[in-house]
Amino acid sequence: MIPRHLILGVAVLLVIVLSMGIYLSHMRRSAEEMQRLAADTRPIAAPTSGPTETVTLYVADDATGVLRSQSAQIPLPGGRQQRAEELLRALLRIYQQSDSPHPLAPAAEIRSIYLIDPGAAVIDLNAPFADQHRSSILGEQLTVNSLVETLAVNVPGINRVRILVDGSTRETLAGHADLSEFFDVNAVGQAVTQGGQ
Amino acid sequence: MAALVFLGASTAADEKRLSIYSSVATYTLPVTDRTGREYVGLLEVLEPLGRISARVEGQHWKMRFNDSDGDFVTGRTRAKVRGRDLDLGGPFLIEHSRGMIPVSSLSTLLPRFLGNAVTVREAARRLFIGDIATQVTAQLDSSTPPRLLLNFTAPVNPTISTEPGKLKMIFAREPLVPPANMSLAFENSTINQALFSESNGTAELTIASSSPLMASFSNNGRTITVTAASQAPPPAGSTPVVGETPPSEAPPAVGGTPVTETPAPPASNARRPLAVVDPAHGGSERGAALTETLAEKNVTLGFARLLRHELDRQGFAVILLRDGDDTLTLDQRAGAANAARPVIYISLHAASQGSGARVYTAMLPREGPDRGPFHAWNAAQTPALPVSQSVATAIVSEMQKREFPARVYSASLRPLNNLLMPALAIELAPGPNGVADLPSANYQQKVAAAIADGVASQRQRLETQP
Repeated sequence: MIPRHLILGVAVLLVIVLSMGIYLSHMRRSAEEMQRLAADTRPIAAPTSGPTETVTLYVADDATGVLRSQSAQIPLPGGRQQRAEELLRALLRIYQQSDSPHPLAPAAEIRSIYLIDPGAAVIDLNAPFADQHRSSILGEQLTVNSLVETLAVNVPGINRVRILVDGSTRETLAGHADLSEFFDVNAVGQAVTQGGQ
Repeated sequence: MAALVFLGASTAADEKRLSIYSSVATYTLPVTDRTGREYVGLLEVLEPLGRISARVEGQHWKMRFNDSDGDFVTGRTRAKVRGRDLDLGGPFLIEHSRGMIPVSSLSTLLPRFLGNAVTVREAARRLFIGDIATQVTAQLDSSTPPRLLLNFTAPVNPTISTEPGKLKMIFAREPLVPPANMSLAFENSTINQALFSESNGTAELTIASSSPLMASFSNNGRTITVTAASQAPPPAGSTPVVGETPPSEAPPAVGGTPVTETPAPPASNARRPLAVVDPAHGGSERGAALTETLAEKNVTLGFARLLRHELDRQGFAVILLRDGDDTLTLDQRAGAANAARPVIYISLHAASQGSGARVYTAMLPREGPDRGPFHAWNAAQTPALPVSQSVATAIVSEMQKREFPARVYSASLRPLNNLLMPALAIELAPGPNGVADLPSANYQQKVAAAIADGVASQRQRLETQP
């Protein structure tokens, strides 16, 4: 016959061991998560501090059917490619506001911009940017002109721009604007200057 | 592909036309002779009057107009419309998926679909839907100088021309019906006779006279006063016209568009410059969703058919790149247009944003090194671009004359870049009634008439293009 107090003592010890095991496992997972986060250096928000620069954004206006230039102060990194990406992301934020003059889908994103010497730039849009874009010649052309002109004016040395969607070529943006070729920056600039006649 | 391209060509060799007048639209269709009878495309007849779809199933041509179904069998003289048999008076024909019916059957067939009375003046190829006829009465005022007052029950806008001893008024768009007497003789030495005639889709009033005549419009286009040209000025408030087209102030005819000032078209296709009209999208490619139920591809097709009539009226032979719900790639469109060698290519689009119309010329990509007379496929438009821009400006100018908002833009829009001839795209945007205007035949016809006028004004430049 095992004494009752011995049974209770063993049971309490077992509970304590089990609890310690669970706590240890939790502590290990937390440590691993902290280690993973510490190793992840990807940006999670636009830089809000640091030196800002004045840039000119070319913002499409559906009501008038033209682009209007708009000055903005935005923090820009030093590298050309990163500057180009931040520029177009700043432009995109205007289009995603509730009172946008040229609404674009909330899920639209600029995935990356690649600057290829001599003078070529490739803008990679995400799929919702194109899939949820309103379909019309004017609306699509205004979007293209806005991206190309903003890039060309603020990042010197670009004379042709190609637009990809999700890293792939696509025939049109949303059924009209031709994305199968490079856009000539001079031709776009001329169209922007002339507007509608 | 070639068959498809020439499917929609305006067959103007014999110049037979059928004019249809209704409260919704006034339009003209080509009439072709088959097996000793005159035939017309049923889809084209009904398309401006409502929603229509058609498909070929073996020997059957099945169609639906608004809520009515029709079943026609090739070679059969009887058809089934709204579940009831109907005698067509001649065999039904299917040509390149187009359903063709005898013109003589329209008087019995159309009331089944439309629920309205239809009057067909078969010898003159004029068809009146509903109570739309415009009557005319003539009254001679024998005072000095004599004046002939022609009073119409609705505003008219005829093309007026003179020749020795005659003043002719041609009513191409007005549903003018003959007066009680086709010929009225006057006991006057200056104005002797007024003769009404009608043929090939138009009505004509000829005033015979011993001296040159002048016509003037008054009463908001409801009255035309004819006087001797050398006599006293016309009544106050009227606009004189001598052997020319009517005044621009005259209101449009029912269905809409003033008669243009260009001369009558030449009599045969051989002398007609060719225009290619391309209704954008089609088949599996629906284009923009203008509303939940309205696809861009359907609006562009109806618009293209109206533009075909307007260009045809201006003396152009016209090819539609698609005349049904067909899928064509952009390269196929470019290839077909280049092979047809037209003087102009017009692509038609529609959008639910903005208002009025937008006219686009190509925004060409940067070409590589100079290749002499050779151009890259994506820059084939380069030599023709200056003329394209001139025509675009002329079209916008015509639209603005009609107080219709329009602008010229450049766009990276295929297949404009790949075309050898002057090429434009026109995007129809909503009118005063919003998106509901886009499928409206009346709205489209106003724009189509302005486009045709703009193109016609540049005809000489287009025809001298290399």
